[in-house]
Amino acid sequence: MPDADTLLDARGIGKRFNALTVLSDVDFAIRAEEAVGIVGPNGAGKTTLLNVLSGAMPADAGHILFAGQDVSRLDAPARCRRGIGRSHQIPRPFGGMTVFENLLVAARTGGNAHGAAAYDRCVDSLRLCGMLPFANRRAEALALLDRKRLELARALATAPRLLLLDEIGGGLTDAEAAELVDIIRVIRGRGVAVVWIEHIVHVLVQVVGRLVCMDGGRVIADGPPDTVLRDAAVIDAYLGSAAHDHPVG
Amino acid sequence: MTQITVQRWTPAAIAFALAIAVVLAVLAAGPLIFPAGFTERLTALFVYVILGAMWNALAGYSGLVSVGQQAFFGLGAFVAILLSNAGVPVYAALLLAALAVGVLSLPIGEVMLRLRGGEFAIGMWVLAELAHLLVNLDPLVNGETGTSLIALDAVPAAARRADTYWCALAAMTALLGIVFLLLRGRIGASLQAVRDDEQAAASVGVRVLATKRVVFVLAAAGCALAGALWLATAITFQPRAYFSVQWTAYMIFITLVGGIGTFEGPVLGAVIFFAVETLFGALGVWYLVGLGAAALLFALFAPRGLWGAAQRRYDLRLLPLGFHVVLPTTGRIIR
Ligand SMILES: Nc1ncnc2c1ncn2[C@@H]1O[C@H](COP(=O)(O)OP(=O)(O)OP(=O)(O)O)[C@@H](O)[C@H]1O
Ligand SMILES: [Mg+2]
Repeated sequence: MPDADTLLDARGIGKRFNALTVLSDVDFAIRAEEAVGIVGPNGAGKTTLLNVLSGAMPADAGHILFAGQDVSRLDAPARCRRGIGRSHQIPRPFGGMTVFENLLVAARTGGNAHGAAAYDRCVDSLRLCGMLPFANRRAEALALLDRKRLELARALATAPRLLLLDEIGGGLTDAEAAELVDIIRVIRGRGVAVVWIEHIVHVLVQVVGRLVCMDGGRVIADGPPDTVLRDAAVIDAYLGSAAHDHPVG
Repeated sequence: MTQITVQRWTPAAIAFALAIAVVLAVLAAGPLIFPAGFTERLTALFVYVILGAMWNALAGYSGLVSVGQQAFFGLGAFVAILLSNAGVPVYAALLLAALAVGVLSLPIGEVMLRLRGGEFAIGMWVLAELAHLLVNLDPLVNGETGTSLIALDAVPAAARRADTYWCALAAMTALLGIVFLLLRGRIGASLQAVRDDEQAAASVGVRVLATKRVVFVLAAAGCALAGALWLATAITFQPRAYFSVQWTAYMIFITLVGGIGTFEGPVLGAVIFFAVETLFGALGVWYLVGLGAAALLFALFAPRGLWGAAQRRYDLRLLPLGFHVVLPTTGRIIR
């Protein structure tokens, strides 16, 4: 049962692509200011869950409450304006605009900021994500890792209450991963709830207090990271194969 | 933390804007100082600038590649005739026709803007064919026999020439001003985001359809005004001449050669188009083939167009549509 603290509560989420069932009867809830990690093998439905939560695609079944209101029928821009920000697993920069302008669109529309307040938010977000030196660069000229950082910075510029992150840490060196952990901690410190999909489990557990494991479109474990990582079903479905597919670190 | 500022107007931009004001002031005296033939040609140039600016706002800033903008060009002229025949003063009829076509484009946009990429382009072309056929059905137009703007025919040629020139100059200035303010404001940045990635734009809060609608209606009204002005110079209205795809071909040439996705590009492109037409227009079909080939070559080998290339090369930021972050810690502008 959701307590007064529940920020997002998704119940019975189902999603199919034609004959392929990608999500079946998924329950997912997060409290305000909580940080939750999502792990699971390739094709488990993690990104699809995030798409459904953010409104990028409608669910076929279930409903989603955000801040106590049913947002199931709202489209992505409406959910963003209410405080759900997201990044994309495959970065989707606005290539013809500068990095700063990428953020400005986000701050002004999703973040509903005006004038100097919008500028300040963008500069703050760029600084936090270490992207200030790239502010005037056209986004299409960025390398992959910088595009991922841009995804984070842009989502942050919408001033979200809930930030949905999809594999922003892949391909980082240890030092870069440590920086990213620091950034996410600062974001959490501002009272933002974070859902973070990531294959690099040892990085993830430095930030999140709860871990969800998905497999075959279902949630197979949900709880404290230690418990979830020792769960037999999780080891069987994910960690066993992860040792081969996703070398940790 | 050191102060970081966002720069829009620069001294160079202010100087450039003043230069534009001077050029416009000189042009405003046009009919008083230029010979009649040149006044007439300049009126055509103003129409070309409008067409280029509208197509660029659609394709260059919003990703809406239309090959059917002649629909609005033709409808603008046709509605102007209807209004004039109904007793509306003739120059007011030109403006009202543009507004009416703008309103008409709202329901059209509801259908067209749901189409993506190539589908949108084809949908617009079908729309133009449909508009042409419907206008031909009007007994007044009587198929390709056509009709004319009778009210203007009665006005002495010199007065008509000057008045139409001033109308075209005012229309061009106003439309460029509107496009400038639109692109410089919130909607401009949202439009570019939609152009670059619709799904990402939606994910940061941009209402994609509503944003596209603004530019679609503006471009419809702008092309309609261009068509109505063309009617005022030509007087006669034959549907085939106004609903011809050649108008969109001109828009594409002007935008691609001048610089797609830059504000100044289509103005430069229109001037080049005007010069080429003046020099080679008499060659007929070969002139059109040359135009098409030139547009294609630019699209393939110089996709930024002349203004876009110059902007990159000389690091020009003249009219301030974008945002430039100045980081004073390094004492220079970081790029
Ligand atoms: N738009 C789509 N159309 C059809 N099938 C899709 C679509 N999006 C995802 N799928 C399929 O749904 C399944 C789940 O995909 P999803 O991207 O959610 O997995 P994931 O858990 O994020 O995997 P990964 O770890 O590789 O990112 C996969 O089989 C994928 O091929
Ligand atoms: Mg994924």
